[in-house]
Amino acid sequence: MFPYLRLGPFILPMASLALLAGFWAGLSVIEREAARLKINVSALSNTIFYSLLAGLIGARLGYALEFPAVYSSNPLSLLALTPTTLSPSAGLVVGLIVFAIFVQRKAMPIRPTLDAIAPGLALFMVFVGFAHLLSGDAYGAPTSVPWAIRLWNEYRHPSQFYETFIALTIFLVICERLPKPAGAGLNFLLTVALSSASRVFLEAFRGDSIFLPGGFREAQVVALVVMAISFYWMRRWMYSGLEENTSDLTVSNGTLKNADKRR
Amino acid sequence: MTESGIPSRKKRLEFLMALSLVAGVLWTVVSRVPSAVGAPLSNTPSPREGFLAPDFTLDTLDGGKVALSELRGKVVVVNFWATWCLPCREETPALEKSYEQYKGSNVVILGVNLTDQDSMREVDSFVQEFGLTYPILLDRDGRVSYLYQVKGLPTTFFINRDGIIRTVLVGGPMSETFIRSKIEALLKEVP
Repeated sequence: MFPYLRLGPFILPMASLALLAGFWAGLSVIEREAARLKINVSALSNTIFYSLLAGLIGARLGYALEFPAVYSSNPLSLLALTPTTLSPSAGLVVGLIVFAIFVQRKAMPIRPTLDAIAPGLALFMVFVGFAHLLSGDAYGAPTSVPWAIRLWNEYRHPSQFYETFIALTIFLVICERLPKPAGAGLNFLLTVALSSASRVFLEAFRGDSIFLPGGFREAQVVALVVMAISFYWMRRWMYSGLEENTSDLTVSNGTLKNADKRR
Repeated sequence: MTESGIPSRKKRLEFLMALSLVAGVLWTVVSRVPSAVGAPLSNTPSPREGFLAPDFTLDTLDGGKVALSELRGKVVVVNFWATWCLPCREETPALEKSYEQYKGSNVVILGVNLTDQDSMREVDSFVQEFGLTYPILLDRDGRVSYLYQVKGLPTTFFINRDGIIRTVLVGGPMSETFIRSKIEALLKEVP
């Protein structure tokens, strides 16, 4: 673990730097994939930038709304550069809404656009795992397995290693699929489904879970719901993709030979 | 792939999805921990969010003693500082204002001075300069800053009424809004 780097009077949080690097690397991959899928690269970059900006503003406003009396007495604090005064859920909702509005206004094809985002998103998740490795967050549950690491005064599952390794595997799987998508939008859905499945699996080894009544881990329940939604849309889009591909080729060639190649 | 191969491929993928979901549900059920509901993440004290705050007893500037464990049931803000630290100097008025605002309620603000890296004369003049009324604790041998793994100044811990650390802020300066929002969040928690 290497949470902070001291540079004279400055204290640099290494995890934040890793996330910034992940954002930059993810965006580069997204732009390359967008060009490959013949999507307007600058429109997509702008959409991502404005969605992030809106997400940050939404996160701050969401946090401030939790403490209206505190912020109304000092509204300038809304501009403070403090990452611990953000509401992640509010930021996510606002960011997604702005993303949807931009995609619609710029008339970008939704499913290929999502596909362009998939590999960058998967790569960003690798950096999230690495950020946890640096900060010691997302730590494992106490254990006596031979590969346990001593962290926060106990022997624990090296959950940050598990997380990084699985995220890297998902990234490689997604990249492997890039040249031969089975249908527009499926790479994105597969990324979300695999990431959710990994969270369902890995959360059981975490020592910082939030528990719901009955002892269920909140993150597992949320990830299961996301996984189910991803599968539902995969099924729908896979069917429509296959039907479109099949009918296109049947009409133009009278054979399914090329459909096999595409897949 | 033949025309008849497409439906069978669909079926195979549908089966895989259903199997993954069932496996996920089973794993979620198997890995639940009923005894963990409402319990701290660990009974081992550690200077981390979600852990019990390590206990300490220190002398105060006015000759008294403060033990963290005796403040259980109150929201506690522990701020590590030194007179030579510029962000500490900048955030001190916000801490004092917050202390005055919550005085009389179940909120305690403790300023732990790293006395092993400071001088008593400087500490005295610092307290006079800012007119500090919240307790100033003297970490004369650096034992408490070591216990709390203080890597940079200022470092602040926000501890709930059960003695569990909820927020750790390394660096500063903190604004009054930040301090108050963190205290309000802890006061909202059901003990």
